[in-house]
Amino acid sequence: MIKIDLQLFVTLSKYRPEKNEFLEIQEGTSVGKLILDLGIPKDLVKLIFVNGKRQKTTYQLKNNDRLGLFPPVGGG
Amino acid sequence: MKTSLFKERYDRNFNTLSCEEQKKLGISKVIIVGLGGLGGSVCEMLARVGIGHLTLIDGDVFEPSNLNRQLLCQENLMGFPKAQAAKDRVKAINSEVMVIHLEEYLDESNLYDRIKDGDVIMDCLDSIDTRFKLQTAAQNASIPIVSGAIAGVAGQLTTIYPGDKGYELIYGKKGGNQSKGIETRTGNIAYCAFFVAALQSSECLKVLLDRGDILRNKLLIAELWTNTFEIMDLV
Repeated sequence: MIKIDLQLFVTLSKYRPEKNEFLEIQEGTSVGKLILDLGIPKDLVKLIFVNGKRQKTTYQLKNNDRLGLFPPVGGG
Repeated sequence: MKTSLFKERYDRNFNTLSCEEQKKLGISKVIIVGLGGLGGSVCEMLARVGIGHLTLIDGDVFEPSNLNRQLLCQENLMGFPKAQAAKDRVKAINSEVMVIHLEEYLDESNLYDRIKDGDVIMDCLDSIDTRFKLQTAAQNASIPIVSGAIAGVAGQLTTIYPGDKGYELIYGKKGGNQSKGIETRTGNIAYCAFFVAALQSSECLKVLLDRGDILRNKLLIAELWTNTFEIMDLV
């Protein structure tokens, strides 16, 4: 198991499984699988950031990664 | 403007801005597309800071649901064109600013023509589809875009130069998007609109003056419930 720092922004915050800062997951879990496991509708995630850099759903998470998921924001 | 009034009006801009920089802003042309929550506040700030030429574009009129967040919206302006209200506000603040106001929506048929003379375009739109169209026109005209977007108490900001992938990095491929984001569910809160508009205005000056850190290929994300402010690398 590895620990990641998961940040779910705006409307995604309700999908957070626990209040702890770190989330325990299986090593090698892809971002796409984690999104699925958390029950987040795929079209609600528009931006994926790992350690401050944009990544795709295929990115395999590593220990201590800082993952941020952001929904589509388009208002003016 | 007479030299004495120029110095008085912009006295508190100095020496954060140099006299040369102030003069450069005075000959700069900025196009503001969308005059709602973001655009109204951007308009106010750019007029006060001393941008010399503003083109203000929005085909919409005010309605009661705009009162919660749109700086230019007042109870006595229901049904009044936003572009005209923006022009009136700019002229009341700074009569030296040259203003073109266009009471129309933009699409492929008129976009390039309306934006081609700008030095910077401020994307304050509320439609993801139209943001992509604006980017195409801006890149054809070789003009940078400073883009802001808001939802609830969250916002994002980036600057797109000609040749950059821009919105594709934020929203995915063109055409594969919903026209609206989560703002249809969260609404928009005034202080978040003002906050992101302030960041956009700051970014506009940095681009015009080629100064400071510009958010090219970067996305600034803010979420105000949690005081989250992060700059992410898009490439």
